[in-house]
Amino acid sequence: MTVQPIVEMNHIHKSFVGNKVLKDVHFDVKPGEIHALMGENGAGKSTMMKILTGIHKRDQGTVSVNGKEVAFSNPKEAEKAGIAVIHQELNIIPYLTVAQNMFLGKELKYGKTGVLKTKEMQQKTRERLQRLGIDMDPDEEAGQLSVGKQQMVEIARAISTNAEVLVMDEPTAALTDREIEALFKVIRQLRDQGVGIVYISHRMEEIFSLCNRISVLRDGEYIGTKYSNETSFEEIVKMMVGRELGQRFPDRTSEIGDTKLEVKSLSRDGWFEDVSFSVRKGEILGVAGLMGAGRTEIMEALFGSRKTSNGQVFLDGQHLKIKHPKDSIEAGIGFITEDRKSEGLVLNLSIRENMALPMLSNLSNYGVLSNKSEQELVESLMSRLQVKATGPDQEVKSLSGGNQQKVVIGKWLGIEPKVLILDEPTRGVDIGAKKEIYHIMNELTERGVSIIMVSSELPEVLGMSDRILVIHEGKVATTLSREEADQEKIMQAATGQAAMGGNRG
Amino acid sequence: MNKSMTGMLQKLGPLLGFFVIVIILTFMSDNFLTLDNILVVLRQVSINALIAFGMTFVILTGGIDLSVGSTLALSGALTAGMLSSGMDPMLAVILGMLAGAAMGAFNGIVITKGKVAPFIATLATMTIFRGLTLVYTDGRPITGLSDSMSFKMIGQGYLFGIPVPAVLMTVAFAILFFILKKTVFGRQVYSIGGNEEASILSGIRADRVKIWVYSLTGLLSALAGIILTSRLNSAQPNVGVAFELDAIAAVVLGGTSLSGGRGWIFGTLVGALIIGVLNNGLNLLDVSSFFQQVVKGTVILLAVLMDRKKTA
Repeated sequence: MTVQPIVEMNHIHKSFVGNKVLKDVHFDVKPGEIHALMGENGAGKSTMMKILTGIHKRDQGTVSVNGKEVAFSNPKEAEKAGIAVIHQELNIIPYLTVAQNMFLGKELKYGKTGVLKTKEMQQKTRERLQRLGIDMDPDEEAGQLSVGKQQMVEIARAISTNAEVLVMDEPTAALTDREIEALFKVIRQLRDQGVGIVYISHRMEEIFSLCNRISVLRDGEYIGTKYSNETSFEEIVKMMVGRELGQRFPDRTSEIGDTKLEVKSLSRDGWFEDVSFSVRKGEILGVAGLMGAGRTEIMEALFGSRKTSNGQVFLDGQHLKIKHPKDSIEAGIGFITEDRKSEGLVLNLSIRENMALPMLSNLSNYGVLSNKSEQELVESLMSRLQVKATGPDQEVKSLSGGNQQKVVIGKWLGIEPKVLILDEPTRGVDIGAKKEIYHIMNELTERGVSIIMVSSELPEVLGMSDRILVIHEGKVATTLSREEADQEKIMQAATGQAAMGGNRG
Repeated sequence: MNKSMTGMLQKLGPLLGFFVIVIILTFMSDNFLTLDNILVVLRQVSINALIAFGMTFVILTGGIDLSVGSTLALSGALTAGMLSSGMDPMLAVILGMLAGAAMGAFNGIVITKGKVAPFIATLATMTIFRGLTLVYTDGRPITGLSDSMSFKMIGQGYLFGIPVPAVLMTVAFAILFFILKKTVFGRQVYSIGGNEEASILSGIRADRVKIWVYSLTGLLSALAGIILTSRLNSAQPNVGVAFELDAIAAVVLGGTSLSGGRGWIFGTLVGALIIGVLNNGLNLLDVSSFFQQVVKGTVILLAVLMDRKKTA
């Protein structure tokens, strides 16, 4: 317990244009520990890390590395002092090889000639990767690698400078379960080698299985630090949101009616095959499966944004001809996509313009938009969803993740959908907003909307679904009722260990 | 509040620049700020402005159209051909404009259905349309157009003392401003340029919208070509070379983002006026035509650099 911290940050204050974002915050990392930094979006986690690595200057307080006070003026200085960062967005150049990426900006040269020592860099790349227990060809184009492997390259690059502290910001956001396991192995290995790791994530399960200590920030204030084996999920959540959150998932209360949507043997060569399922009125159908199992592709096909080679979709018993998202939207199907920035929102347009997008034809006469009906619709949606913004004309770019997600949801509530598909609805959204989204889902089903929810978070699937469809390699592995489903059964079906759980529903 | 203030300033920046140039030129030349000269400028500007209006739509969707100059030439030549064969002038003008729209539609189809990058597709059609113009005219001007007064009016006439091309430009501006601001189509143009994927997933038929946008640009280029044909009283096969550059310059000067999704057509009008006033003023000041290009390029560069500063 008396190990000297590598990094110690004390009494950190920071304001941006009069707005206090950090108030007297404390944080430290010891060698050989994994220390989670938690808090809702906007709590000040990233600002703390940016102060540590010299991207921002602190207003007050001290930062010391190995007992010596420091003030880095840029990330390069921090790197030299042994502090490396893996950002959420990977900094890999896709057309360069693994070795070229590994030595980017630090190329080995013959003296000052600028001529590269290619062979040596390849050799060293291989060594570094092997030290992490990764087998990879240094000559492979980085863009050809899976996201998980790209991340490994980045980790290897980060620690190649003999980093003593490694900061990881949401490293698992885009990884498959298997890749996450491999990543955790590497992280634990680094910990055992004495590296201090700062781990930022929203995923509770990960934090508890990986981290020694958990520090929580809320609204720029330091709330406290707990040992993960002496605290609980509920306690950490309470620290983060400042109040009892109650149950993690609200009770499902909606009345489930007759079959609303029926999908019959949807197929696309090489992607998915003979996928059939149905959703009833007021029901939430959870769709589980490993990343890459084809869940998103199936939903896109159903919605009309991806071509199918076979299959039929029935809504209220009527056969739908869906060739373009326009067709499904007109039939009353909404689709909240997984990636809200690239598929859900037009970032430089306003909340108003984004929310109106799927129903422009309803808000216009002979192609001329009606300001009044647009304004009314958007204002009612904003208050119904409690979107926090300066007004309907605020650019969605400047909203927080949770509020952006609400705009996306609002966009689809406007069409008064009969069926709403949600693909990873709470990814990158903090706990408070997650709960609001669950409540919205509940409220919708109470009104008779059918929901299809694709999710990679098993607790969410188990907590919210009335029935669970498990997809394995583009095929329906099984359908489980809420009562019979548990994590184990879902994982077994998702990994192809069939003959479990039966094929009911 | 603050944000909308800076947004406003950013929008009015081009207008401010325009007035600065006007004031400087007024002091430097006695002949600049006279009614006659203003009308001359307006007539000169109208050709570029009409093309630039179309270009604004294209650029807002995130595309580019390099073929506008060739479209202008080919539609002008076709109209002249029809006129010299004795066709009714009204009909010839309408058919000429439809021909331009068809050329634009062809661009749009190649870009959307053929999935060719707009730069490449219109680079190719720029050459094709120019080649067709040369084939059609046999490389010689088409003269001996109709004696019809109404056709001559288009390029040479005045309406209430204002040159007809300037009137056409104003009418086109008003219609297009309304379309961008108030119609579903306008909203779709912005949203496609801002995020095409998200727009398609919101049920917008992005391909169709884009084909319409390129058709509109073709139509406006053809109108510009017809004005020019009327003014010169002949169709020149080599007219309109490099017109796309002035049009793009006007759009950029007006503050529309080349990456799409952001901008407005009023800016383009101001941008076209800046270019027109510069051309005219430098002529009045007897600046050599070689040096004029240096000045024009410098102004564009300055405008864009200042814009970058503001957004940074």
